[in-house]
Amino acid sequence: MNFFGFGQTADIDIVLNDAETRKKAEHNSEDGKKDKYFLFYDGETVSGKVNVTLKYPGKRLEHNGIKVEFVGQIELYYDRGNHHEFVSLVKDLARPGELTQSQTFDFEFAHVEKPYESYTGQNVKLRYFLKVTIGRRLSDITKELDIVVHTLSTYPDINSSIKMEVGIEDCLHIEFEYNKSKYHLKDVIVGKIYFLLVRIKIRHMEIDIIRRETTGTGPSVYNENDTIAKYEIMDGAPVRGESIPIRLFLAGYELTPTMKDVNKKFSVRYFLNLVLIDEEDRRYFKQQEIILWRKGDIVKKSMSHQAIMAAQRFEGSSNPERSHSQSAENDKS
Amino acid sequence: MRFKIELCDTRRLNSKPQDLTDAYGPPSNFLEIDVYDPQIVGVGRNRYTTYEVRMRTNLPIFKLKDSCVRRRYSDFEWLKNELERDSKIVVPPLPGKALKRQLPFRGDEGLFEEAFIEERRVGLEQFINRIAGHPLAQNERCLHMFLQEETIDRNYIPGKVRQKDNRDTCACSMYIYFYITLIQS
Repeated sequence: MNFFGFGQTADIDIVLNDAETRKKAEHNSEDGKKDKYFLFYDGETVSGKVNVTLKYPGKRLEHNGIKVEFVGQIELYYDRGNHHEFVSLVKDLARPGELTQSQTFDFEFAHVEKPYESYTGQNVKLRYFLKVTIGRRLSDITKELDIVVHTLSTYPDINSSIKMEVGIEDCLHIEFEYNKSKYHLKDVIVGKIYFLLVRIKIRHMEIDIIRRETTGTGPSVYNENDTIAKYEIMDGAPVRGESIPIRLFLAGYELTPTMKDVNKKFSVRYFLNLVLIDEEDRRYFKQQEIILWRKGDIVKKSMSHQAIMAAQRFEGSSNPERSHSQSAENDKS
Repeated sequence: MRFKIELCDTRRLNSKPQDLTDAYGPPSNFLEIDVYDPQIVGVGRNRYTTYEVRMRTNLPIFKLKDSCVRRRYSDFEWLKNELERDSKIVVPPLPGKALKRQLPFRGDEGLFEEAFIEERRVGLEQFINRIAGHPLAQNERCLHMFLQEETIDRNYIPGKVRQKDNRDTCACSMYIYFYITLIQS
């Protein structure tokens, strides 16, 4: 290895075996930009090829070993030096020696446990990535490939509604109700606010969705509150006996599933904040936690006849499914 | 062709139909305070301005539904200080004290300049309406004394006012309190 001439170096490229068929998911980076990454679920195998391409053909690359790792780690922004790895798998690709030409290595991490969802937040990041390292005496050559993991749940067995009476004695009494306590990310919050007593002059009412990211433990707990959404549900002054409906579609907002005490390092929780504002800008609010969960996509290969007809209204004439549903039915849905 | 079909029940939750007397009757939050009719009282250097403070309300916490008293600027100051000391409210600001206007050798009428009195009247009206509508201020004896008793007894015993028991609420058992914050614009 020369110090003053051109030492040999290499480019590393990680290619997944199912790169053509695997779905990608959007994920925010730390600076707010969105990017697409390969999407994995818990238990799926991560396999692929590592292409090591020598930069200067003909020259040898001496190395202390080539390995590939699959890592799942939690990074607290205020403590960047300490990464907490909760998944760490290694495969050796080559023993210490030298590469005389560019080479490709196969790897497979079978049925990898991915217990938590990928998360990039205000003070903490949880990420999964593949990392290839070519060990060398002075400086290793490394390459990382980030992936995104989603955790899926199914409909909860018990999903009671939230119903509560709140108020200020003799001034304002309301009863609020939300139809569920656990919502999936594309769900709709259906609820109502019933006014029992109104002795203040209300100007309008809104519902906010707040994300609370909790990092740290014991005395050094830090809560970061973010208002994800503000949705006005009433404009004007209500009187006793009035019922205001709530219908809030969650799919329009950037939400993650509720994450409680992940690896004992952080939590991400969601709250509905009901806010009433009076004529003098005084705010009366009541926060209520909701549990968010991620539902798996259901892809229907066969659709009901009516759904096909409905689709055809928008799709136009070239529809291969039409041949299956050719019946004398009129388009009267 | 593959489609994702999401069916969510978005029908409204059931609710009790509203009583028509509630729907079309007078609202229970009527509260209006007028500050008007400035009058200059006294002679020479001991003159001061008083204002009529008239409150009309249907809130049960106020003993009188229609009251009328005369107050001067320092009475408003007294009320502001009492509330700042005894309640947890962030009290809205009063119009300025105008100390400069009390100095001699001004070209104008000083404290008794018409435009100034009008400006002050507006500020006092905004102040008293803002504070009288605050649920926590309504519990303070000083506010009730200010609005509904002919003279302010500065040696009074500060305290809280309890609601009379003839409530027009429906049967409410235990409930959870709201948080209130007052945002100063």
